[in-house]
Amino acid sequence: MCRDCGCSQPLAPDHRPEYTVTGPLFNIPVQTSLHAHNDALAAALRQRFDKANVVVLNLMSSPGAGKTRLLEATLQHLGNRVRCAVLEGDLETDLDALRIQALGIPAVQITTGTACHLDAAHIEKALESLDLGQLDLLLIENVGNLVCPASFDLGQHANVILLATTEGDDKPVKYPVMFHSADLVLINKIDLLPHLPDFSLARARESIQRVAGDTPVLEVAAATGKGIGAWLNWLEGRYQQGFEDPGPPHDTEPSHAPV
Amino acid sequence: MHEWSLCRSLLTQLEEICKQESATGIARVYLRVGPFAGVEPDLLQTAFTLSRGQSVAAGAELVIETTPLRVHCPACNDDFQVPRQDLRCPKCRDTRAYLISGEELVLASVDLIEPPTLKSGDAHV
Repeated sequence: MCRDCGCSQPLAPDHRPEYTVTGPLFNIPVQTSLHAHNDALAAALRQRFDKANVVVLNLMSSPGAGKTRLLEATLQHLGNRVRCAVLEGDLETDLDALRIQALGIPAVQITTGTACHLDAAHIEKALESLDLGQLDLLLIENVGNLVCPASFDLGQHANVILLATTEGDDKPVKYPVMFHSADLVLINKIDLLPHLPDFSLARARESIQRVAGDTPVLEVAAATGKGIGAWLNWLEGRYQQGFEDPGPPHDTEPSHAPV
Repeated sequence: MHEWSLCRSLLTQLEEICKQESATGIARVYLRVGPFAGVEPDLLQTAFTLSRGQSVAAGAELVIETTPLRVHCPACNDDFQVPRQDLRCPKCRDTRAYLISGEELVLASVDLIEPPTLKSGDAHV
């Protein structure tokens, strides 16, 4: 009921008494993130994942750095030891989900249309097609983009960021927010190093250190399998022990390590 | 990026606050935005001006406080301001330095316009 005249209209902007508003201003503290809605969804997802004992990774990189190829190599090696599923994020096509499905692994394609990053709502919707009770590991391949995805919590336990040798060794300092969010950086396509005289692994590692501190860095070649062993060790270590660190920046609750 | 969709979220939050507090409108919105928040304050300002339209925030002023990018260095046991492209301790270059400020994207507070109180002699039909 309108407080001003007792009529039954709600307090709408066009229903104002016919006099100048001269009420005083009063300040209310709010202290909420502008990402509050996404963060709340992500926190709920994280709780669901923890309850179901599913470890969730968010894989990010620029387009073409080799995320899908890395997933293919990873899933081929993990075989039946770990029950996996993949969420694929792309603006268009289901090409990546089809590649994963060809390996006999459940993959759900999230086609975002124009959205340049995945958000928690995308993940929530995609989970309708999966049974978390049948999974140990959920790999989310984000939209290829070094800018936006880092700012959107998906409920994941860790961020894995790929840097391909073909991109240059200065990308981490050029995209500090993204690389700062990494729990692991994989320098991919090391098999191409003989053809890339301008790329220095030492400079790339220093570039990563400047924005991501002591975050571990591994060198791999998804196409040939080189270095995949160390990546799988990191992965399986996370799966078996769970995560000690709390979730990504927006999360205020530490994730509970699955046993 | 995403200043536009963030403004939509912001306006939704402002509408809810107005309703909860039974205010007639919003005079001023105070945000805290850090260098690692993923948005540019200037773009946010423009997006807000263009999207506040006929909402409860029509005519509201957006005040953005930019917070600094600061790290704590465990080796120096001190806090330092750092540039976006190098978060190592500026004094000793230790890579264990960690961010203590600079990722904020916060609606800090709002100045609400309180509905004026009717005096007993005022008639309104």
